[in-house]
Amino acid sequence: MAAAATVYNPVGFDFSNQIRNNFLADRGIPLPKATSTGTTIVGCLFKDGIVLGADTRATEGEIVADKNCEKIHYITESIRCCGAGTAADTEFTTAMISSNMELHALSTGRKPRVVTAMTMLKQYLFRYQGHVGAALVLGGVDATGPHLFTIHPHGSTDKLPYVTMGSGSLAAMAVFEAQWKPSMTREEALDLVNAAISAGIFNDLGSGSNVDACVITATKTDMLRNFVKPNERVTKERTYGFRRGTTAFTKEEIRNLVVHEEIIGVRDDAMDVDGS
Amino acid sequence: MSIMEYNGGSVVAMVGKGCVAIASDLRLGNQALGISSNFQKIFPITDHIYLGLPGLATDVTTLKEQFRYRVNMYTIKEEREIEPEAFAHLVSSTLYERRFGPFFIEPVMAGLTKKPSGEYKPFIAASDLIGCLNFAKDFVVAGTASSKLFGVAEGLWEPGLEPEDLFETISQTLLNAVDRDAYSGWGAVVHVM
Repeated sequence: MAAAATVYNPVGFDFSNQIRNNFLADRGIPLPKATSTGTTIVGCLFKDGIVLGADTRATEGEIVADKNCEKIHYITESIRCCGAGTAADTEFTTAMISSNMELHALSTGRKPRVVTAMTMLKQYLFRYQGHVGAALVLGGVDATGPHLFTIHPHGSTDKLPYVTMGSGSLAAMAVFEAQWKPSMTREEALDLVNAAISAGIFNDLGSGSNVDACVITATKTDMLRNFVKPNERVTKERTYGFRRGTTAFTKEEIRNLVVHEEIIGVRDDAMDVDGS
Repeated sequence: MSIMEYNGGSVVAMVGKGCVAIASDLRLGNQALGISSNFQKIFPITDHIYLGLPGLATDVTTLKEQFRYRVNMYTIKEEREIEPEAFAHLVSSTLYERRFGPFFIEPVMAGLTKKPSGEYKPFIAASDLIGCLNFAKDFVVAGTASSKLFGVAEGLWEPGLEPEDLFETISQTLLNAVDRDAYSGWGAVVHVM
């Protein structure tokens, strides 16, 4: 058991670098920024369920770190969650809740409910007082019908028929406020979500690239990865390949990964195998 | 002056046709003062995975040993070598564990995955300092010259490069980016798998 304790670190966060890092911060050295998903994420209720939408840009300050990242995370088969804010936080928080939801489903023997995921997420985020920087849009369909929530980093939640989050939330909400109506068809809802995300992609610098969408109904979940690609890069007009030998080097080493084995007989005479 | 610029250094990884490459500079500095021109930032994890660790030098050394330990424990427990995808998640969770007191490292990984058909599939990934993974299909960059590397790589990289051509592309990308970064340079190393 003692060996296992050293191999597997205890659960929860490790704060052992804090003293060193706070010392550096006190000396006026700013702590570096983590990847954040500037992001436009939306959710929208329609006749048969929920449509979730997200852009696919991840930023590190003014640099686009990932041009096609996935922001719609799996929670259960009929519950999904869009994440905005600190990218690592949304990734790990949703993965952890997804695990716990699966365990919960196994122990209760029922299909898990959206409110369960929402409660687990808000209690986790509230515990960390906003330091886990995850802003989420949670949507899904369960035995009690379709549900759509927003969860803020401090743990507050809203339950609304159409929601937006992230830096592009204002652009997306403008579209929803102008065009949303009750009991839309699947196609109408998908078009609206596409319009809302596109508004974020084109009007918010923190959002960009493609539109991801996810349609959840009582019977089926369709993950529409790169549903619309309005920013496809055209092929380069010429190539910039270098002639082989352009780069000079001082030393070359080739690692041989093929194991060579030579079998050397111990005795001079060959082993007697035919038994004569 | 951010702590990420304290020692300097940059790493880049690129995908080619059935091959991958990972390259770094060799500088170790104390802010603007150069200390070493042979500071390795890229480490072999298995025969098919290389890991680049640009950032604070003390954490380069700590994490190199930490990963060696964790990969050895994985190999013993699983009785097989770690796959690049699994290793990327090992790196990610190791960094996220220290979400509120991070290591100042932005790892870059390059590797080859053996497919059931016997051929090798190239794999590259990068992570931020708290473990947010970025699986790219073309190239990943990190370190003090990352902004320059992004620009040069975006211009020079093209799909389907053979190992020899990939070597030239990644070498020229690194060399030209690093020449415009005061905190990187002083020699370079390139690994092609």
